[in-house]
Amino acid sequence: MAFSWNIMADLQQMWAYPFMQHAFEAGTMVAIIAGVMGYFVVLRRSTFVAHAFSEIGFAGAAGAVYLAQAFSIPWLTATYGMLLGSSLGGTAIAMLSRRSSHRDVYVGIVLAFALGIGLLFLSLYTGYATEAISLLFGEILGIAWADVLRTLLFSIVILGGVAILYRPLLFSSLDEEVAEAKGLPTLAIGVAFLLLVAVAVSVAVQVTGVLLIFSLMVTPAATAQHLASKPSRMIAISVVLALVVTWVGLFVSFYEPYPASFFITAIAFLVYVLVRVFHHRIRAPSEHRKDWQDRALVSTKDYSS
Amino acid sequence: MMKASREAPAPAPSEEDIIVAQNLSAGYGSKAIWKNATFSVGKGEFVAVIGPNGAGKTTLFRLLLGLQHPLGGNLSLFGAEPKRGSPRIGYVPQHHAVDDESHIESLELVRLGLSGNKWGFNPFLQEDSKTAFDTLSGVGGLELAHRPLAELSGGELQRIFLAEALVSKPDLLLLDEPLSNLDMRRERDLLRLVDEVVRSRDVSAILIAHNINPLLPYLDKVIYIANGKVASGKPEEVFTSETLSALYDIDVEVLHDSRGNLAIVGIEGHHGDE
Repeated sequence: MAFSWNIMADLQQMWAYPFMQHAFEAGTMVAIIAGVMGYFVVLRRSTFVAHAFSEIGFAGAAGAVYLAQAFSIPWLTATYGMLLGSSLGGTAIAMLSRRSSHRDVYVGIVLAFALGIGLLFLSLYTGYATEAISLLFGEILGIAWADVLRTLLFSIVILGGVAILYRPLLFSSLDEEVAEAKGLPTLAIGVAFLLLVAVAVSVAVQVTGVLLIFSLMVTPAATAQHLASKPSRMIAISVVLALVVTWVGLFVSFYEPYPASFFITAIAFLVYVLVRVFHHRIRAPSEHRKDWQDRALVSTKDYSS
Repeated sequence: MMKASREAPAPAPSEEDIIVAQNLSAGYGSKAIWKNATFSVGKGEFVAVIGPNGAGKTTLFRLLLGLQHPLGGNLSLFGAEPKRGSPRIGYVPQHHAVDDESHIESLELVRLGLSGNKWGFNPFLQEDSKTAFDTLSGVGGLELAHRPLAELSGGELQRIFLAEALVSKPDLLLLDEPLSNLDMRRERDLLRLVDEVVRSRDVSAILIAHNINPLLPYLDKVIYIANGKVASGKPEEVFTSETLSALYDIDVEVLHDSRGNLAIVGIEGHHGDE
């Protein structure tokens, strides 16, 4: 297969392969939920937690793969193991580290233990190398139709959960004390949020793998933060960025002999850097701010007179 | 030495009182921070809570917000026991998660003060936005509406937090140290604003502060918490050498300067004994 400048012909050629179709279908859904969840992950400064989930999930996934082989359980796939692992880990972290300034320490301790267990399972499993690599770095070109359906189901759960939690989650992320005083169960909201992250992570690792989860869960959302000032718009931009990055990454990886997750991470990073550099140039925030304070003073005067 | 709560004139309960505390004690676990507090706050009153760090000023707010229960005595708020999540309270905590990475515009935070505790997806009601916008302009923050929180100065942020608290049209405002981190001019601007809100909307406001002096022109009442005791009354009743000596259990003298500013001085000899 060769790349031509006729993009339509290229796309037709690419989508003639079922594995590429599945990759695009699953990739699209993963990009949407990663873009949405990523916004809240960044807003709540939970990037380390999200990363820990993926590695705790890795232990679960490796365990599932090993058990499926050892006891011939065909339905027990890596995704279910990952989901179980990251959910348990997420609940444990949320309960242990509530409002604690040592949260990073707790997360690190749980994470290191989980990775060790994951390694044990992988060494017990006889198909060691390929399975480990696809868990750690993603295997989007190996996605089956059943995976696509499962991704769809999980995506609906996540988007439904976010829709219900939306305002209280935003409120408790931005102003936890006021949200608590207004009667919101901020601890329960935090746990529910982390469980949704756990589900999102276990779906997203199909595309990016455990180690590269940030490229879809954090980078697009962090980029979007600089491009808008309303949460709804930030989420929309974050989703669009995640989609574009995933699509372009898949497209390029079809023609180049390198892994799709590399292109996805590289493009996401490039976009982030460009936005930061470009954004700084056009906006000159300090100028803005000064002008602004002057105007605020005027309005103060108007008010008191 | 007489108990401080007896030293302050006993408040006469009236129908206009929205807060009535009788022999109230507060603390954590079984350890009381302060005891036997008897005071009241009336509708439309501007009240300051004054006292040293760690005296239990914020604890009083937590009792009113229903986040903590009294260790003893009675506390009634709007004629009932305080309950968490009362829509009649607007609360401005001392700490906010706002930092230079908060790119969200101010209006969004004010709107969350109105509908942030509602479940379900918000279709971004025009009505909510309008109420938030009106509240923001009511505190002179109209021009701040679309600015990211990260870019606002301390005084501007306090305006936003005040709008966030006011947007649900509360009957009682609780402001925890809103003056810390403000220079004298912004301090005065904010106090005028709170005073204006109290007078024009008939809202009661309780404000925690370290220093009484900037507040003196506006206050109806002071609740002074120190040394495990609470005294309350009009500023000129509380800030007397007798009341404060009773509170601190040492001789204290209250000095006045030519403009009515107060200074509190512990008398040397007794200080040395401790």
